[in-house]
Amino acid sequence: MSELTLTLLRLGFLALLWILVLSVVAVLRRDLFGTQVTRRKTPEASVLRPARRRPPASAPPGNAARTLVVTEGSLRGTTISLGQAPILIGRAPECTLVLDDDYASGRHARFSLQAGVWMLEDLGSTNGTFLGRTRVENPTAIEPGTPVRIGRTVLELRR
Amino acid sequence: MALVTPSPIRTRRNVELILLVLAVGIAVSAYGYLGLATEGRLPGDMVTYGGLLAVFALVAHAVLRLRARYADPVILPIATAINGLGLVVIHRLDLAEKRPIMESFAMRQMIWTGLGIGACVAVIWFVRDHRGLARYTYTAMAVGLALLLLPLVPFLGRQIYGARIWIGIGPLSFQPGELAKIVLAVFFAGYLVTARDSLSLVGRKILFLQLPRARDLGPLLVSWVISLLVLVFERDLGSSLLFFGLFIALLYVATERTSWIVIGLLLFSGGAFTAWTLFSHVQLRVAIWLHPFDPANSDNAYQLIQGLYGMASGGLLGTGLGQGRPDIVPFAESDFIAAAIGEELGLTGFFALLLLYALLVERGLRTAIGVRDGFGKLFAAGLAFSMALQIFVVVGGVTRVIPLTGLTMPFLASGGSSLLSNWIIVGLLLRISDAARRPAPDTSALNLPIAPSAPPSSSGSSGRVTPSGGTPTEVTP
Repeated sequence: MSELTLTLLRLGFLALLWILVLSVVAVLRRDLFGTQVTRRKTPEASVLRPARRRPPASAPPGNAARTLVVTEGSLRGTTISLGQAPILIGRAPECTLVLDDDYASGRHARFSLQAGVWMLEDLGSTNGTFLGRTRVENPTAIEPGTPVRIGRTVLELRR
Repeated sequence: MALVTPSPIRTRRNVELILLVLAVGIAVSAYGYLGLATEGRLPGDMVTYGGLLAVFALVAHAVLRLRARYADPVILPIATAINGLGLVVIHRLDLAEKRPIMESFAMRQMIWTGLGIGACVAVIWFVRDHRGLARYTYTAMAVGLALLLLPLVPFLGRQIYGARIWIGIGPLSFQPGELAKIVLAVFFAGYLVTARDSLSLVGRKILFLQLPRARDLGPLLVSWVISLLVLVFERDLGSSLLFFGLFIALLYVATERTSWIVIGLLLFSGGAFTAWTLFSHVQLRVAIWLHPFDPANSDNAYQLIQGLYGMASGGLLGTGLGQGRPDIVPFAESDFIAAAIGEELGLTGFFALLLLYALLVERGLRTAIGVRDGFGKLFAAGLAFSMALQIFVVVGGVTRVIPLTGLTMPFLASGGSSLLSNWIIVGLLLRISDAARRPAPDTSALNLPIAPSAPPSSSGSSGRVTPSGGTPTEVTP
């Protein structure tokens, strides 16, 4: 076996070792980011799409609200079209509306449709959910146009 | 603002299979290269041994597919690769020493590899949920201390090269301290998960340090005294350091208080200094570390110096497997196997090896972050940290960063007890990582309908007294 062949094989073996190291790192690189974070530059007039399984086509009948609009806070201008499904609001990633607000709890409040009326319910949040100055203690029916305050964010139902 | 969408969770078992093929390929090609370099032809038993290693790895892989589908995909390939590389290097040293095949260290290491992977598979198969281990917290304490002190039992313990850390029955010998590491990690994790609140929340604040109460120092002092006892009676610096370091690290992970590290380091320095003034074997280790080239130390520092020269002659790319002289170093197949790798694979190969270890430890710590229960967090962190500390102590000793102590490189060094316990650690980490990566059970069924604020007229029949008018109990999973 010539000296040159052995040297080449030796370098090849070192390369193989590093291929293992780098392929492990490549696997971890894809594994590390369990969530996909999309940054949006202009919160104004942007539309937060509801989850795939809840098509907006199934809008409730009658005069119930059709959209939920953020009127104050870092998400100002965001709208969510309402279907039959409840809307969970908070800082946790599984929420329908994920708030970037230090004063909001992980699972802060929930809007849900009960007999054609949207009900607001506080989920035991730390800083509370407010209708005007009163803290929401029990599930409360919300009329379109009433401002709902969660931390620094104000939400409103629209027809 | 940001929109966060979780990507679907995949088991990644196929990725693991590909990496396993690569890992076994590295061991086989190292063996093939060794044959080409020493005898000029490929060794005849290359397929046999390569196939055996592949069968071991594939059995573990198949058990993961059956029992822990979501386990971390890179832990098993990394452990297999390091173990396979270790087998080749040990075989290479056997060739240099001309040991007959049946008495060779490589053959013994191969048998222990099989037993180790068998133990790993048994852990994955029988430990269905790592939280069950938390029930044995205090049993683990008793068993762990017994294992740690077992070598001190007369007639059972054996003193080999100054350290009394082996037990022997007939021709068989075993290092119980290696298993004690795992059992004590169970105890530390189980104890700290219940005690951490009192350890982290109460206490006075002095300058930047939140100091704990005097009585909360008890467990720390007990573990310090035990590690000193190990040092004094078993003459084993490594185990004592590992034991104390593991406890301090878990205290820090459990409480997030820097003061524990400061107190731990102070206690360690005090203990180390006392040991240095009192015991000649500690003084000798420090003298060898500080002045290896001093003619007065030339006999005792021979091993360390030969290891250093070996690594120096390896240079950047190494002499090549079978082409250096790592066999000059005494105990090159166990204590100084890192120096043998540094010589024959060079700095490039040595760094690849260290990175593989670093990735293994990182996966352990990542598992600790991902797992949802406190016991699992502390246990995984403890296992990963003990491995990291062990690697630091060995490589630091061989490269003269710290004094030389008698620990072994995980998966690499020749030695059955070390290999067996490290494969058990891998099994436990795989089991915990399965729990960490498994998707959370679907909670959408728990979204109960909301009762309107005005209670319906029939609600009185439930007999429930609700002052606020029938507010339902919220289920927040």
